[in-house]
Amino acid sequence: MSRSKEKEIDDRFKKFGTVSFTSITKTNDFIGYLENGKIMGTRCKDCGINFFPPRADCYRCLSGNMEWFEVSGFGTLVTYSKLEYGPVGFDADLPYSIALLDYGDFKIFGRIAGNIPDNEIQVGMKMKAAANRLPNGQLNYVFQKV
Amino acid sequence: MGKVGIIGVGQSAFVRQYPGSIRELAFEGFKAGMKDAQITVKDVDASVICSAPEYDKQRSPAGVFAEYLGLNPQPTCYVESLCSSSSMGLRLAYSLVKSGLHDVVAIIGFQKMSEISSSESQERMGRGADIQWESPFGTMMPAYYAMYARAHMVQYGTTPDDLALIRVKSATYGQLNEMAVYRKAVTFDMFADPKDRMAAPVASPLRVGDCCANADGSSCIIVACEEKARKFSKKPVWILGLGAATTSVNLAGRDLFTGLTVAQEASRQAYRMAGISPKEIDVAEVHDCFTIAEMMAYENLGFAKPGEGKDLIRSKATYKDGDIPVNVDGGLLSKGHPIGATGGSQIRTIVLQLRNEAGAIQVKDPEIGLVHNIGGVGLYGNVTILGR
Ligand SMILES: [Zn+2]
Repeated sequence: MSRSKEKEIDDRFKKFGTVSFTSITKTNDFIGYLENGKIMGTRCKDCGINFFPPRADCYRCLSGNMEWFEVSGFGTLVTYSKLEYGPVGFDADLPYSIALLDYGDFKIFGRIAGNIPDNEIQVGMKMKAAANRLPNGQLNYVFQKV
Repeated sequence: MGKVGIIGVGQSAFVRQYPGSIRELAFEGFKAGMKDAQITVKDVDASVICSAPEYDKQRSPAGVFAEYLGLNPQPTCYVESLCSSSSMGLRLAYSLVKSGLHDVVAIIGFQKMSEISSSESQERMGRGADIQWESPFGTMMPAYYAMYARAHMVQYGTTPDDLALIRVKSATYGQLNEMAVYRKAVTFDMFADPKDRMAAPVASPLRVGDCCANADGSSCIIVACEEKARKFSKKPVWILGLGAATTSVNLAGRDLFTGLTVAQEASRQAYRMAGISPKEIDVAEVHDCFTIAEMMAYENLGFAKPGEGKDLIRSKATYKDGDIPVNVDGGLLSKGHPIGATGGSQIRTIVLQLRNEAGAIQVKDPEIGLVHNIGGVGLYGNVTILGR
């Protein structure tokens, strides 16, 4: 195998989050979309089910026939927690809040935007997920007030 | 097909840093279990070794232990379901005995968490969640359980004070448990003092006092077919019900955030298999890796209706002399939580209770006990019902 062949390995997922633990997945296009400011899920073209986080395989009908859809509109804040301690590699981000948004058809796990004061965060509030570039050049998405 | 009985239980002390290797640590729990069963290694037909492998430098510890414990040439294997590994090991051992393949099986759970630093261990525990879609956000176990605590508080009016009451109960009994890593008194006032370590925020709304400590430890449960159980033991404790369940690892795939569906489902299976209702449980061990986990267990096991778990702790119903004593050995909060050893330690406590050998923490004449052991953030759930 030539050196140039090795370079063709698509490991875009290593760009996801402050520290990524995955580099190669069939859903690597998620990162390409995120670079362009879009948060995408996958939809099974055979049975119509929507997935977030995106999946390459449908557990309902066993199809691999997926298309991307953009996460749009608003979600509701289901719950959250503000961390005072972080795992190895996340110290520079502290403190930060992880959270879950309910979009009705699916839910999204992520972080609350760092510029929202604690006293303005309430379970049940409307929020929207937005693509975000981290100081270290990595990509993730954060939940913003609407 | 006859019953399956527990004929021996043992554990090492749970300690901050075990001064020995993992095979030596496993030997401590095994020795205690074998002495309790009063059998020899020739009587053991197979072993099941349980731990979370990301802490082990040794690849495939099961084979190493089989030799060190004197269990060659008998077969062995490794079972892993995070923090519920040894309850899952018991489930496997039950089926090995029930099928007639083996008569006596030893389940050895262990974890030497001190092999790696505390922050590294937190990072590994975070990776017990979805490493592709969640861990890149900087997740940790306390924060996940904190998200459940927040949802429970918003929906049911549970308060941080209610959670503190659970830690106070735990410490009441932890002080009596010579095997526990945390044996100091914890008072309600400590949580009200912002300068006290117990009140320091970890992941809101959880504080230091809401979290169990890492520990090194091992445990051992020895099960036997009915005939051998009656032959070897004067007081066999019978496995009456077993339940096990899973759910989505990513919180995005879940619908319930005020309780654990795996505990609901596993307990439903176990109650049905045992042919009993929650009211018939005389003593319980639940997986209180965090105070909120015990609160949710009250409700998920049917000891209280959803949202009414706080009433049990406020009324002290889960104290030793209450209606449904829970974690009167100090629980994970006091004993510490050496992942693979935890389930075996919980089972040991209930077996000692049912044999009326629990000493200072003995509940009055219990007939049926329950063990609730959760892996990950409610990813795996095991419920075991035992009777004398
Ligand atoms: Zn499909």
